[in-house]
Amino acid sequence: MIGLSKSSFATLIVLALLLIVPPVLFWTGNAFYLDLAMRLVILGIVATSLNLLLGYGGLVSFGHAVFIGIGAYAVGIPTYHYFYGGAEAIATTNGFFQFGTAILVSALFAVLTGLIVLRTKGVYFIMITMAFAQMIYYLFVSIEEYGADDGLVIEVRSEFPLINLDDPITLYMVCWVSLVLVMLLVRTIIHSRFGMVLQGAKGNNERMVTLGYNTYLYRLVAYGIAGAIGGYAGALYANFSSFISPEMINWHVSGELIFMVVLGGSGTTVGPLLGATAFILLEEFLGRLTIYWHLPFGLILIGIVLFARGGLMGLLMSRKDDK
Amino acid sequence: MGHLDYALLFIQTLNGLQLGLLLFLVASGLTLVFGILDFVNLAHGSLYMLGAFVCASLTFLVGNFLIAILLALPITALIGYGVERTIARALYTRDHLDQVLGTFGLILVLDTLAHLIWGPAGIAIPLPAWLDGQIELLPGVVIPVFRVLIIVIGLLTALGLMWLVNFTRLGMLIRAGASNRTMVAALGIDIQTLFALVFALGATLAGLAGMLVAPITEASIGMGNNVIITAFVVIIVGGIGSMKGAFVGAMLIGLIDTLGRSFIDDAFKLFMEAEAAESAGPAVSAMLIYIIMAGVLAFRPQGLFPPKVR
Amino acid sequence: MSAVLHVRDLRKSFGGVAATDGVDLEVVKGELHAIIGPNGAGKTTLITQLFGALKSDSGTILFNGRNITNEPAHKRAHMGMTRSFQITSLVMEMSVLDNVALAVQARDGSSFKFLKPARKIAHLRDQARDWLDKVGLGARADQPTVNLSHGEHRLMEIAIALASGAEMLLLDEPMAGLGPEESQQVVDFLKGLKGSKTILLIEHDMDAVFQLADRISVLVYGRIIATGNPQEIRANEDVRHAYLGEE
Repeated sequence: MIGLSKSSFATLIVLALLLIVPPVLFWTGNAFYLDLAMRLVILGIVATSLNLLLGYGGLVSFGHAVFIGIGAYAVGIPTYHYFYGGAEAIATTNGFFQFGTAILVSALFAVLTGLIVLRTKGVYFIMITMAFAQMIYYLFVSIEEYGADDGLVIEVRSEFPLINLDDPITLYMVCWVSLVLVMLLVRTIIHSRFGMVLQGAKGNNERMVTLGYNTYLYRLVAYGIAGAIGGYAGALYANFSSFISPEMINWHVSGELIFMVVLGGSGTTVGPLLGATAFILLEEFLGRLTIYWHLPFGLILIGIVLFARGGLMGLLMSRKDDK
Repeated sequence: MGHLDYALLFIQTLNGLQLGLLLFLVASGLTLVFGILDFVNLAHGSLYMLGAFVCASLTFLVGNFLIAILLALPITALIGYGVERTIARALYTRDHLDQVLGTFGLILVLDTLAHLIWGPAGIAIPLPAWLDGQIELLPGVVIPVFRVLIIVIGLLTALGLMWLVNFTRLGMLIRAGASNRTMVAALGIDIQTLFALVFALGATLAGLAGMLVAPITEASIGMGNNVIITAFVVIIVGGIGSMKGAFVGAMLIGLIDTLGRSFIDDAFKLFMEAEAAESAGPAVSAMLIYIIMAGVLAFRPQGLFPPKVR
Repeated sequence: MSAVLHVRDLRKSFGGVAATDGVDLEVVKGELHAIIGPNGAGKTTLITQLFGALKSDSGTILFNGRNITNEPAHKRAHMGMTRSFQITSLVMEMSVLDNVALAVQARDGSSFKFLKPARKIAHLRDQARDWLDKVGLGARADQPTVNLSHGEHRLMEIAIALASGAEMLLLDEPMAGLGPEESQQVVDFLKGLKGSKTILLIEHDMDAVFQLADRISVLVYGRIIATGNPQEIRANEDVRHAYLGEE
């Protein structure tokens, strides 16, 4: 297509495929692919939000999965109380309440931990983000009422007027539209004045401070936004999977998210989605070959770290395009 | 509201000490490797796990747990050396994120290898009769003999490390390396060998911790994955790269975590309704060490005893 | 003439070694005040302290009469102070124009704006181009910063310093790494700024210092041992002994 950069072209193709193929396969009797695609889309949303921090902010958060967990439990806990009593103030299946809580609590957690975490850098930053995520993991493990490490079954999906999330296609469409909106949001933020400062701080923090920017505040806001999006994705995930558990917050998941971003190319808007796609496909494909698929998977990850620079998007593009 | 159970307090303090010493074993290796090699090893927990499994197999082979430990230690050192030569060396020059991601991949590989070799289930290590009993230290205070052993071995190792780092030539090199890598290289000391030795030492310490824990909790896949984060908390609190910090941090975290879990319900009951205390208690005690970590970082972002950087 | 910058008994130690050991300094409005001294005298530490990027142990820094000793670094720009770095400090991943535009943007109200693409905001881009033209880099505006030569990077830093609108410039060895032609370019440029800007200049290049400086202070082991106009400094016994004599 004339006038489109390679990355925009790739974005449109991938999004179009995601829009058309899974529902078609579902209607021809292959529900499995719709499920796979939904997982992919949701992970794509989370990875895109992580990229705001990692690719554009230079902040290596190794605890991003915590927001998926917070968002998921923001749906699971009210639903639980709705069915089993107690905590009347939050017992509801109302989607606006649940999703709103998911976003707000995630943003709050992001800002509160961000206040501390963003004063550190390098390996300290990585370890501390892991630790805070682990803290929430243990929190959910300790609460017997919500299943502790056995997990929590979610009886019904979030209730919205006019939109019936029980219908798989409807839920998938909501996920897909969310993905598009999140990608647009992140892209807009990146190119805005705020985004310029964030990117400048990634490239040279000292210079930005000299110019008069309080880069700590900018990073804190970015951290909050990324957390909020992660929480939203978590709420979607809780609707998709009727079972949630603290294992979603396991730091392995955070590591996998970083891989998705790095694999897909951390400097582009569509990179994380491509990374999530590659990851899911790899998981599926290797998983069918052997139950010991973590072995070749781990070797591939090591290989990528040692050899590939720039990820998939770096391979697609010969130089840094305008993303 | 009851009176303070002194026997329980004493026992839990000893438990806290035990946990602290085990954490120190793991954290010291981690901080040594980071301090001298500038290498973040996420797979350190896997070495902990492998130590436990190797010891388990040897116990069944040889029939004696203590001899198994003595044999398993050099094997763990060798595994550590192997990891250093292959993966770690390739990552020294990379930035810390690459090291974290690379060692994350390594965890997957090692966990699967463990699964292939020892199967999916955990392996319980039988203790010899004399270690399996209880001992009454004070009237009303009964603790398992094995815990005493762990504390003794832990303290001896800590003293040994202190002697090594402060009074030997290798220790001098370690301290010099920690603060001035170029100077050590300029002295003509073989950096490659030094690094390999330090890495192997770190692996052995982690493995020893795994061996000491295994009779209590079983050797199992993924046992290292949670301990590694706690070890991170320890060295963050203590100061990354500092042995003294690792020790103080480990003891602090071990004691706070153990005592917290036992007594937080009671502490809360002092100013809360019993029901509220019983729901809030477990939740807060689960998060306690992280809250402490956050507190320390708020005032001293570099930890309690950061090593002097030159 | 008023003192724009007034430093009193400024100190900073690192692990027992005093890098800044009681510095007293005054820079008056419109002057170009150079700081010279042997290597390791603590010149960069001093600038970093003055800019607030390093917390001083004790002492006072007054800027236009206001005590800024403990103010964080990011507030300096709004007060009217900027600095350049001994080792070029630019956002290498962005274009030349982006770098200068960020300096313009910093003066253009809050940057907590999330909607309009920054690269399409005409007044930011136009002003940035103007500054680049002033230093002669107009043609290179759209190049990736990393493609430019060292000398051109130095000019970029000057453009950025000017774009920031600061009345006082702290320049840390702007001539470092430049050949004679490029050095003279920078010297001529700085000559043109004298009077309209107040400049505190750290430099090793004695030729440039004596061409430019209204006054010179000599920093030795963290302390100012002499201040005066270039002739006075040339003639000063202590200075010759401690510094110039060693060349």
